[in-house]
Amino acid sequence: MNLDATKLSELDAFMAETAHKTNSHSYVIAVLHKAQQLFGYLPREAMDYIAHAMNIPTAHIWGVATFYHFFNLKPVGKHPVSVCMGTACYVKGAKLVLDAIKEELRITIGETTEDGIFTLQETRCIGACGLAPVMMVGDKIYGDITPKKAVKVLAQIRKETV
Amino acid sequence: MKLTINAISVEVPEGTTILAAAAQAGIKIPTLCHLEGVQSIGACRVCLVEVEGAKTLVASCVMPVMEGMKVYTNTKRVREARRMVVEMLLSEHDGNCQTCNRNNDCELQSVAFDLGITDITYQGVKGRNEVDASTPALVRDNGKCIKCRRCVTVCTQVQAVGALFPQFRGFKTVIGPAFNSDLADVSCVQCGQCAAVCPVGAIVENSHIERVWAAIEHPSKTVVVQTAPAVRAALGECFGNPPGTLVTGKMVAALRRMGFDVIFDTNFTADLTIIEEGMELLKRLTTAVRDKQPVALPQFTSCSPGWIKFAETYYPEFIPNLSTCKSPQQMFGAIAKTYWAKKAGKDPKNVYVVSIMPCVAKKFEAQRPEMDDSGFVDIDAVLTTRELGRMIRQAGIDFNALPDEDYDRILGTSTGAADIFANTGGVMEAALRTAYEVITGRNLPFEELHVTPLAGLEGIKKAAMTITGTLPEYSFLEGVVLKVAVVHALGNAKRIIEEIKNGEIYHFVEVMTCPGGCIGGGGQPRLTDNEKRKKRIEAIYKEDEGKKLRKSHDNPKIKQIYGEFLNMPLGKTSHHLLHTEYIKRERV
Repeated sequence: MNLDATKLSELDAFMAETAHKTNSHSYVIAVLHKAQQLFGYLPREAMDYIAHAMNIPTAHIWGVATFYHFFNLKPVGKHPVSVCMGTACYVKGAKLVLDAIKEELRITIGETTEDGIFTLQETRCIGACGLAPVMMVGDKIYGDITPKKAVKVLAQIRKETV
Repeated sequence: MKLTINAISVEVPEGTTILAAAAQAGIKIPTLCHLEGVQSIGACRVCLVEVEGAKTLVASCVMPVMEGMKVYTNTKRVREARRMVVEMLLSEHDGNCQTCNRNNDCELQSVAFDLGITDITYQGVKGRNEVDASTPALVRDNGKCIKCRRCVTVCTQVQAVGALFPQFRGFKTVIGPAFNSDLADVSCVQCGQCAAVCPVGAIVENSHIERVWAAIEHPSKTVVVQTAPAVRAALGECFGNPPGTLVTGKMVAALRRMGFDVIFDTNFTADLTIIEEGMELLKRLTTAVRDKQPVALPQFTSCSPGWIKFAETYYPEFIPNLSTCKSPQQMFGAIAKTYWAKKAGKDPKNVYVVSIMPCVAKKFEAQRPEMDDSGFVDIDAVLTTRELGRMIRQAGIDFNALPDEDYDRILGTSTGAADIFANTGGVMEAALRTAYEVITGRNLPFEELHVTPLAGLEGIKKAAMTITGTLPEYSFLEGVVLKVAVVHALGNAKRIIEEIKNGEIYHFVEVMTCPGGCIGGGGQPRLTDNEKRKKRIEAIYKEDEGKKLRKSHDNPKIKQIYGEFLNMPLGKTSHHLLHTEYIKRERV
């Protein structure tokens, strides 16, 4: 896979900013965040590219990327979907909502639907307990959600995306 | 600083760890991750001790001493904590001692024994058991790994390669290459320093033992064996001898009793290497100084296959600087299957050449596709010192009771210059012994011919020598200051290359992949520390000093092979059989 040249030059610019700082190697995490922001996830090629550019062994980059859950190692769908599994949401039936979503999308946590529209993500409390149970699609929060409502919302989003 | 350890008074400098202070007091604290001078990270928690007034037990390998500290290393609390730690390690350790390569040579096994663990209290999920046998040199078994990170530190910091790193987190942590790749698919140089420091059987050499027994038992194969210089100073350790015991004669006797048909010495081709590589250096100097033509300088030595792969991968722009000489191992194979086979009346296709090496990268080197200039695969099998030790046991030979025996002729004759190939600084010294005499007609002006500034365990050693009193054909070198450097461990190779890139001038640089040189190779008996390195280095110098002939060009059999076969150094036959080419490799 070839990485997009415009995005790469943006990544280069970001790395150039960190290169002259003391302990420039400690900016690995920041650089990986930037790469994920640009590419949506961390493609192998991007990690290799960063390793060469920062003169850090690729195994080290991979080690950091796999250590932190925030980094996605696989492509992510257009709409990240998550159900809050914090205590309040959980007792109000979040698990049933999550199960319904899993069944509807035929994916489990960390996976992306074949059409690339949805990625199911793991989430703890998002601080919206008053709305429990809560589902998030992208930045949008759906409160007081039920399994039925969740399926309906996702179907609507899919329709709008396709 | 004064402190007491188990009520014994100790005085140590500020900054000393409790572990080191205890060692000084004659108390051994067990550890599975500490590596003297290389890694102290408190990862394994086996070295826990009790400090009076401290709330918790402390990891002695990272805890500096304090004035008046009272340390206890053998209380019930300490013993129970250590036992718990080791039992937890054992609960996920997917190993079976009886069938493990490290049986009887395993730090986890011996720590468990010392702690009196007779039962696995915790039956847990085992580690991810994935065997990676993708490289010619090494086999990794993640199920046995205890995540001590010694291999990571050695690979990253000592060798500047960084092929291994911890991935994922918590129980799912694995130590391995990027992207879960096999070792063969990343820029591992296969030096085997990881296998040399691994406390358990998680990384070991790719064994050639069975194929060698098969060759020995094969009715029509003539099995020729060569022994690298460094093996004779370490093999004895496999049989309980103290480090630095020279066992050359016993080793030859053992090989003969094991059934090898002809016992030769890599030393012979080490002498040959000096002639070829020395003349190559003189040729480069002639081009640069007399002809004022561009030529790649410094010349780098090429005996160490880990270094060669490192240069091919990380510094391909320096490939023209690598001596084109094959390593002594590979020269030996090419000569054994041509010159020797003909002389001995053997069909080279029935000649099976085995190397005994202190090295695991030699297994990689032997299978490089271009290493077939004899018309056959030049080297058929490579055994490490450790593997040879094991085979001698398998053969039921009482090693220490063996008489001393001599190598066979012709490829068993060598000079002291060849012995010192085992030590950091040795190839340089051997080359200087010959080159200086070729240029000036005089002996190298050092006591006992030892170039002391280039010897020893300092990572980067440098020397400058003004050439005077040249013979007429080398008068153009009169007054030239010859600058040489010697480095060992690839991190130091990287440093010297960066210096050269920044304009530092050298004419000749010796690089050995492993710390201390081949005597500290990845295939040597474990665990090699600096004390052992020093002992082995001393032994090798002793072997050299004990030889009647100390300079490669004085080897009568070397003169003979040029007279009968090779004709002249850097000549057509030499070029075909003794020299090679390198390739640029992708960095992953």
